[in-house]
Amino acid sequence: MSRSREAALAALLACALALPAAGAERLGLGRPALPEEIAAWDVAVLPDGQGLRPGSGDVETGEQVFAEKCASCHGDFAEGRDQWPPLAGGMGTLTDRRPVKTIGSYWPYLSTVWDYIHRSMPFGAAQTLSVDEVYALTAFLLYSNGLVEDDFVLTHDNFTEIALPNAGGFYVDDRPQSEYPLFRGEPCMRDCRSEPARVVARAAELGVTPTDPDGRPAGTIPPILPARDAAAPAATETAAAEPATATAPEPAAETPPATAPDPELVAAGERVFRKCKACHQVGPDAANRTGPHLNQLFGRVAGSVEGFRYSRPMMQAGKDGLVWTPETLSEFLSRPRDFIKGTKMAFAGLRDADDIAAIIAYLQAH
Amino acid sequence: MSDEKIWPSRRGFLTGSLAAGTALAAGTVRAATPDPLITTVQPWASELGEPVDAVPYGMPIRFESHVVRRNVEWLTESPYSSINFTPIHALEGTITPQGCAFERHHSGAIELSKSDYRLMVNGLVERPLVFTFEDLMRFPRHVMTAFCECAANGGMEWGGAQLQGCQFTQGMIHNMEYTGVWLRDILAEAGLKPEARWIFAEGHDASSNGRSMPLEKALDDVMVAFFANGEALRKEHGYPVRLVVPGWEGNMWVKWLRRIGVYDRAVESREETSKYTDLMKDGRARKWTWVMDAKSVITSPSPQAPIRHGPGPLVITGLAWSGHGRIARVDVSVDGGNSWAPARLSGDVKPKALTRFHYDMTWDGSEMLIMSRAIDETGYVQPTKAQLREIRGLNNVYHNNAIQVWWVRANGEVENVEIA
Repeated sequence: MSRSREAALAALLACALALPAAGAERLGLGRPALPEEIAAWDVAVLPDGQGLRPGSGDVETGEQVFAEKCASCHGDFAEGRDQWPPLAGGMGTLTDRRPVKTIGSYWPYLSTVWDYIHRSMPFGAAQTLSVDEVYALTAFLLYSNGLVEDDFVLTHDNFTEIALPNAGGFYVDDRPQSEYPLFRGEPCMRDCRSEPARVVARAAELGVTPTDPDGRPAGTIPPILPARDAAAPAATETAAAEPATATAPEPAAETPPATAPDPELVAAGERVFRKCKACHQVGPDAANRTGPHLNQLFGRVAGSVEGFRYSRPMMQAGKDGLVWTPETLSEFLSRPRDFIKGTKMAFAGLRDADDIAAIIAYLQAH
Repeated sequence: MSDEKIWPSRRGFLTGSLAAGTALAAGTVRAATPDPLITTVQPWASELGEPVDAVPYGMPIRFESHVVRRNVEWLTESPYSSINFTPIHALEGTITPQGCAFERHHSGAIELSKSDYRLMVNGLVERPLVFTFEDLMRFPRHVMTAFCECAANGGMEWGGAQLQGCQFTQGMIHNMEYTGVWLRDILAEAGLKPEARWIFAEGHDASSNGRSMPLEKALDDVMVAFFANGEALRKEHGYPVRLVVPGWEGNMWVKWLRRIGVYDRAVESREETSKYTDLMKDGRARKWTWVMDAKSVITSPSPQAPIRHGPGPLVITGLAWSGHGRIARVDVSVDGGNSWAPARLSGDVKPKALTRFHYDMTWDGSEMLIMSRAIDETGYVQPTKAQLREIRGLNNVYHNNAIQVWWVRANGEVENVEIA
């Protein structure tokens, strides 16, 4: 590791700092930050333990919290699900063609794990974990990476004793030494190649680019004049440039159902739905994500959306006759894991009956 | 008057760098019948258009509806922690309109009002302070144009040519004129302690996207910005306040700026350890790779901007930029890099901002492999992908500033390719 380079950078910074700190005249703007405010917002934890809150948590508790609040994206064993990041495993893969970068294989500092879980996880419900839960989850992640035993308890006292395996795997940007000298100098202008260039790879053959309805890459500039050449696509300007915005009528507004939900309640429901959006989609382009899409939910048999991998208990509930209605959904949302034991929906539920009514109105509108 | 009318055609006949033979080819289109767009009175020449105030805040005319940000859905699991791409293939000049400038969120774009806005400065300072939005508006204000490029721009192309479009391969970039206040003026209000060496900037959103940077940069040209292109920042770009970190990777341009912590060391947050570090071929990784090296790309022609007009005069245009300062020169090659010629740099050349280049040529209708090469004021020459891979290996996703090659086919269609 390049401690000397870090030291050199620090020295450089020290020199550069001489001027501005003291000299400038103050404008007297702003007000003193109160200790409570600093405690609320300054949550950063550094590799040396600076900023760590007192507390503790064990592997077993961590495993329970993880199963409840994290596993729906990160997998039961922190192995990652779909494209959500794996958090465990991958040791020894960093030189592979497809390296697996996890806490165990790549992350240099444990403080980063604690800091990030504490401030930003779970996705869509940040800052809802207690300090002890964060310790427990961090302990579980150490365990799932094979770095501690199953009886391990992580506390603020033993925290800085833990070194992650890849702590020495990083070095400070060396492009100024390793690259820039190679890329300086007057470049060749004529006869630069010994043989003519030939195409060795074509993106068009992969077919992974989003396309427009005519099959061209999405966003292709439409022709200004009709094509002169019959071989070229014969889209006219207006056809290709027809806007999707502006005058497009709202289909829902044209034929309101007999019992249209109260628009205000729908709007309130849209706000409450933010709690769900990390996993569920509704609307014209809704697709299955971490949770199934929720279009035309009411009347749907539980666990029946094609292509979505439900938990076994949810599928069973459907087989047993559970159909989503405002009543059943209301019950489910008030206590999801009691209503369907073993559901993989990692959501604690909605306490406020008004929120549930609003969500139902919102979903009825889709 | 009559002189003025014939002037354009005379000029077209007499001037230009066109070879005499091909110049004729371009000018031989003749109308068989009179053009009804000219000979009949069109509705817009007779009826009334829209009144003022038809649209209190205007949107682009509907004929430009293809010029929008676009997402590549398979790239990420959730659109709330994702990125989309600026339609640079369809834009000109250097300033990116806010409405189509790429977005990158780590937990969605939040709606934060000026009245709810607070900025805290704490840590190794004499006086930890809280500022309101109004407080920020009372610091001396400055204007600065800067490009913001995601460190992963072009990252999907690292392993091979993958996406068919300049927007998708190089569109994680925008360039705006910002108005705001210097971060150094805000830090001076709080008063730096002698042991201060680093700052850590965080946002109000759930990800907070905290990033450390050396105090040297923070005191140099970092801006706390609240206007872009003359109007308030857009929600998706950090309304009401974002950090502008000229020349450095976009991830450091913290949006919805909430706190500046002053430290004696780097915080080593998630975004600067597990992400935004550059895995090298020996399995070790570079960290603190902040600067975006010089780069250029031809924006048109490109896969989403094919040549539709046939042989004759052709405008090749593109963008160049460097995190180290000004662009000194851009070379263009149309033969796969065998020969190069300098392009024109059009308009102002500003440091750490996008520079527009144009290259005017006569296309004979045959296939071309077109590419551009930026050279910045430090003498750095934009490398090829092969040169970068030789040093970094194949797993180095970030900071791909390699030369982009487009294959122009005889029918004017354009493909993203790699050449050997």
